[in-house]
Amino acid sequence: METIRVLVTDDELGMRLGVTRTLRDFTVQVADVHDEVNFTVDQAESGERALEIIRQTPPDILLLDHKMPGISGLDVLDQIHGLPCDMLTIMITAYASIETAVTATKRGAYDFLAKPFTPDELKSTVRKAATRLVLAKQARKLAEEKRQVRFQFIRVLGHELQAPLNAVEGYLQMIKGRALGGDPAAYDEILDRSIVRMEGMRKLIADLLDLTHIESGQRNRQLAEVDLRQVACTAMETLLPRAASANVSMHVEPGAPLTMTADRGEIEMVFNNLLSNAIKYNRAGGRVDIAISKHEGAVSIAVSDTGIGMDAEETARLFGEFVRIRNEKTQNIVGSGLGLSIVKKIALLYNGDARVESRPDVGSTFTVVLHDPGQPPNGPAADAN
Amino acid sequence: MTQETNTPNRDPRTVLLVDDDGDFLFQQKVQLEAAGFHVLTAAGQRQAEEILAQHRPDLAVVDLMMDNPDTGFTLCYRIRKKDPSIPVIMVTSVNSETGLEFDMGTDAERSWIRADALLSKPIRFEQLKGEIDRLLNN
Repeated sequence: METIRVLVTDDELGMRLGVTRTLRDFTVQVADVHDEVNFTVDQAESGERALEIIRQTPPDILLLDHKMPGISGLDVLDQIHGLPCDMLTIMITAYASIETAVTATKRGAYDFLAKPFTPDELKSTVRKAATRLVLAKQARKLAEEKRQVRFQFIRVLGHELQAPLNAVEGYLQMIKGRALGGDPAAYDEILDRSIVRMEGMRKLIADLLDLTHIESGQRNRQLAEVDLRQVACTAMETLLPRAASANVSMHVEPGAPLTMTADRGEIEMVFNNLLSNAIKYNRAGGRVDIAISKHEGAVSIAVSDTGIGMDAEETARLFGEFVRIRNEKTQNIVGSGLGLSIVKKIALLYNGDARVESRPDVGSTFTVVLHDPGQPPNGPAADAN
Repeated sequence: MTQETNTPNRDPRTVLLVDDDGDFLFQQKVQLEAAGFHVLTAAGQRQAEEILAQHRPDLAVVDLMMDNPDTGFTLCYRIRKKDPSIPVIMVTSVNSETGLEFDMGTDAERSWIRADALLSKPIRFEQLKGEIDRLLNN
């Protein structure tokens, strides 16, 4: 419930009381934001008095009579023009001449009411102004939230970029200070770790560019027939060295091609991210299974691992940006924390979704559902050939 | 030839290192051990508390841990509550990342930051060693 302050400025007492009575029990529903508005009404008997009140505590809506003894409504408009507040002025004019309305609007009035008006006409005009005020306020709130999300993103990005730099710098200082003695072989491990951290940083930058690309909507999507099984096999080949060194085997079902209309680059990102996670968070001797299926234009890609798994609290926040599950089991695994948010964003491009089921120390299954844009769900598309 | 290891009448001092960055733990552990310390490491608050249930370190080095910003502060508080005589060095990368400034310069800051010293990442080992020596020799 929101309360909007109305200031009615009119030299006629009857008019001020009428407005007050009409708006006293009036409420407005703003459907778009599920908000309800009610009103409190203050009164001013002259333009001078109105200006005093406005300068002290500006109302949200100013109902302003045009013709008053002393300064006129238009004079008041002139004087409040440029005040730093969101007040909307509704001009009350005795004669509904277009000329007065145009003049008032030019000088900053939001709307006007022609005397005499019925309570319903007053309500309708006030409803319009109130809705506008609430929506404007909501828009400001959203803009501020967006700004905060952006700050948060940059803040975490700063952290994620500095962490590998700090690690590598630390190792370089150990080498410089010969912290492990004079035998060069003693430094092999820390050189390997330095390289791993540098690679992690490079992956972070690549993921960040992918993410920006997808989000900006400026990426040139090229929709064509894509064989998902073939993309899966290519991703497996790319990641084979990593799988081999982690002693993890990879399998894909079915054996036959399975196609959908998609942007090949996006599908590659989905498979590469899911597979590389399934290898990274696996155990030695574990396996990764890819299952692809299609049902009425919806493609499902499921990647299962036999790895460390996650508890419910961890899975709940997994798809957020820069979320990496940090615990004893993952402390030496390097990741950008962006892979799954990329997967999720791509799934949304296909009106689909990404989800995970997981059990600690048993494994996780990531399922991505994509709707074939070339095949609407209510019927198979005509065969292109 | 490190002199520390050759002083048999003095047990090595135990330092608890807590950080979610495995490389940071490894780097400081290797160098602290070379300087004659006994080092326990923990990747997070939970692991640190398990260690604290069984050991009494002479000093703790705790990262603020960005991933879950409360954990570093909480842990410092728990260490203080368990044994107020264990000095705590807090390590953070917060200052350089956010521009958020805080240090231990005033009593007000010392009262809510439950640590004896605050170091900003990236830290050099000599810096850390200097703070540890200062706090242990007090």
